[in-house]
Amino acid sequence: MQKHAKRNGNRLIIDPVTRLEGHLKVEVEIENDRVKNAWSSTQLFRGIEMILKGRPPEDAPLFTQRACGVCTNTHALTSIRAIEDALGVTPPPAAQLMRNLILSALLVHDHLVHYYHLHGLDWIDMAAATTADPAKAAKIVSETSGRDADPGEMYIVQKRLKDFVASGQLGFLENAYFLGGNPAYQCSPEENLILSAHYIEGLRIQLKLARAMAIFAGKNPHAQTMIVGGMTCYNAMNPEAVAHFRALWEETLEFVENAMMPDIILMGRRFPEAANYGRTSNFFDFSDFYDTNGKNPYFRSGVLWQNDFNKTDKLDVDQIEEHVARSWYVGDEARKPYDGVTDPKYTSYTDEDKYSWSKAPRYKGEPMETGPLARRAIAYARGEKETKDLMDHVLKEANLRPGQIFSTMGRTISRVVETTMLTRRMKGWIDELDERAKSGDDELCVDWKMKDSAKGVGYCCVTRGGLSHWIRIEDAKIGNFQMVVPSTWNFGPRCKEGKIGPCEESLIGCPVPDPARPVEILRTVHSFDPCIACSVHLVDARGKKIQSVRAL
Amino acid sequence: MQDISRFEQMRLISDDQGTSRRDFMKYCSALAVLMGMGPAFAPEVAHALTKKKRPSVIYLHCAECTGCTEALLRNVGPFFDELIMETISLDYCETVMASAGDASHDALLKAMNNPEGYICVIEGGIPTKHGGEYGKVGGQTMLQLCSEVASKAMATIAMGSCASFGGVQAAAPNPSGAKGTNEALAHVGVKAINIAGCPPNPANFVGTVVHLLTKGMPKLDQWSRPIMFFGQTVHDKCPRQKHFNKGEFAPSFTSKEAKQGWCLYKLGCKGPYTYNNCPTQLFNQVTWPVQSGSPCIGCSEPGFWDQYTPFFSAIEDGPDKK
Repeated sequence: MQKHAKRNGNRLIIDPVTRLEGHLKVEVEIENDRVKNAWSSTQLFRGIEMILKGRPPEDAPLFTQRACGVCTNTHALTSIRAIEDALGVTPPPAAQLMRNLILSALLVHDHLVHYYHLHGLDWIDMAAATTADPAKAAKIVSETSGRDADPGEMYIVQKRLKDFVASGQLGFLENAYFLGGNPAYQCSPEENLILSAHYIEGLRIQLKLARAMAIFAGKNPHAQTMIVGGMTCYNAMNPEAVAHFRALWEETLEFVENAMMPDIILMGRRFPEAANYGRTSNFFDFSDFYDTNGKNPYFRSGVLWQNDFNKTDKLDVDQIEEHVARSWYVGDEARKPYDGVTDPKYTSYTDEDKYSWSKAPRYKGEPMETGPLARRAIAYARGEKETKDLMDHVLKEANLRPGQIFSTMGRTISRVVETTMLTRRMKGWIDELDERAKSGDDELCVDWKMKDSAKGVGYCCVTRGGLSHWIRIEDAKIGNFQMVVPSTWNFGPRCKEGKIGPCEESLIGCPVPDPARPVEILRTVHSFDPCIACSVHLVDARGKKIQSVRAL
Repeated sequence: MQDISRFEQMRLISDDQGTSRRDFMKYCSALAVLMGMGPAFAPEVAHALTKKKRPSVIYLHCAECTGCTEALLRNVGPFFDELIMETISLDYCETVMASAGDASHDALLKAMNNPEGYICVIEGGIPTKHGGEYGKVGGQTMLQLCSEVASKAMATIAMGSCASFGGVQAAAPNPSGAKGTNEALAHVGVKAINIAGCPPNPANFVGTVVHLLTKGMPKLDQWSRPIMFFGQTVHDKCPRQKHFNKGEFAPSFTSKEAKQGWCLYKLGCKGPYTYNNCPTQLFNQVTWPVQSGSPCIGCSEPGFWDQYTPFFSAIEDGPDKK
């Protein structure tokens, strides 16, 4: 097997970037131990949109859901929203509540898995945990959370880690950047043990959340009960099923409040320099989690410019354009999504020209970050109470200033803040659904008739940011289908004007004290929660003109 | 199967404090039954799962959505942490491994040179058009990478329907020329076991690994799926079959018949043409699509994205398998 590219002068290539969904390559230029320039390249093309053409619209959600099995459900739901928009269909209240519960459980699940299992090993030194004093670790847990920690549990976790390391088979920890000691890992052995224990406990919690989703979704990953018009899961429209969901949610809430929240405060304290790099500039996201009257979204759309809490704006979806000048497609013209021409042509990887399968979306010509930091920063700027209270609490405890949320650590803090507020909010939807189930409501879907010709758009606040699906129905079939996804916004390449993408921008200035173990770069890239499969299907491989779909 | 196992405690606490030991044996029995061996095979399962040297697994990701890895995270016997810390040695898996870039590539080389060999797992279809330029990892095409890793493996498992048969990206017009493992890697003699499903049930993956460790190669059907999991159709064990037999079909998703749990065949259910153990194994320990009122889409069958669609229409004469 050939040895592939690595350090080349002052260039560093990380390929593959691991602990993410999909295939990502990152190249950086280093000067004086800092990143001077960066290129983010997605490495896979799948072509799902062109596969959709000519198929029945109601089949689309099952196809698009396979764009991503990590943010599973969200593409299906967004497609359904686009088709329901086109048909003028509103699902019954109980179905809307079930969808809110599936989507919120997915966001919490996905944030949790990202925080501990994808991002976690950038901060946690599992080897150092083997030297901790379990009793001391338990004492820390008791002092910093609502838990009365059992030293025996800490001992068991540590014993497992010790046995694992002693086995000589390091498996998923092989070549980890913390092995042999690394000053970039700044937690004490006891803190590392606590975080390792939560890594393992988080694995158990996530499967319960997945089970909670499956109660209404039919299975997880990949829901099957969400259909155009509503839901099919009549077996779950009863108080027993809702009670089962509630029990699983209660376990999750306990973990979020007593593990994730204390852990993010700990990380904020131990890695203060990560709050000084990883900055981007502009932010946007959509609205989501409406009430059963289609009003009062819990997540509210908006725009925030230049890392300035005083510069917020309303979102105008007509201002979105997609660039391909530096992507592996023919041409260099920027176009609005409803007017796009895409013609894929792999040339070669070169930083001077084309270097990614991802397009480069722009809003008013600017690259925009989307995701938990965008949502929480916009909500914080508007003074939305739950965001502000939780964010201020974490920042104060971690000795950070509000302006520091525009950073690698701030992105991760925002994710945990969002997880906490959303988990708490779920109770209201569970209560509402419970009332309906107890009152004998069994309306989960409505009939509809496919139109010969129509267009519609669906928006969704998914784990990693704003997702939109655009459908044009022609002869009652899919005439055109387009997905504009979060990781294209965050990880897209340069545009025609040479403006760098948000992930690329965030890397500039990132410290690289040890190029052989570039953990600071990984922290920054991971802080966006890359989900690359979502951003690799945005093309019509035959180069046909993609016709217009427009926001309604 | 409920959350019965406390594998870690079993390893720590001696046999005379028997609760966790019993839990562990309970899930070994469950695995033995799942594999069609009967509970008497449980000790052998337990032995295979507690060997001092854990079997090495190299898990590759190609054109996929990572839903199969997510499904594996949902396994309960053993739990995922038990799987990677005490059962197998997950020596390469981009989704969970700590290292990245060169360091992860070195881990791959080390695992491939392990004299005791390794099991190769592939998730995702393999793009083959234009020499496979539509998908790369570490500068290599997925086609090259899989050819090298799988051809040297003791056994190869295709995890999920994409790796088995090409999957959603292979649906017409298959823009990237995506293929299943056995088709894409035939030129290097790879014969993978197909754990079909979108996603597959993680128990079927774990059961296959245990079978490889205890009894060797499982018996496979014509599509290289283990017969122990894919020997019957979803329809054969469907709790709604009694309605099918009486001709009681739900006419729409809003009908009172749908609410009463009548057969979903006329709404597009492909259960009679789909080989999988969903009705008995369940997903997430609670339900499966048909139980939740959704027609089976046939996700463990080759080419279901083209041959079983439209999803919400019945195929009166059965699908035409190519």
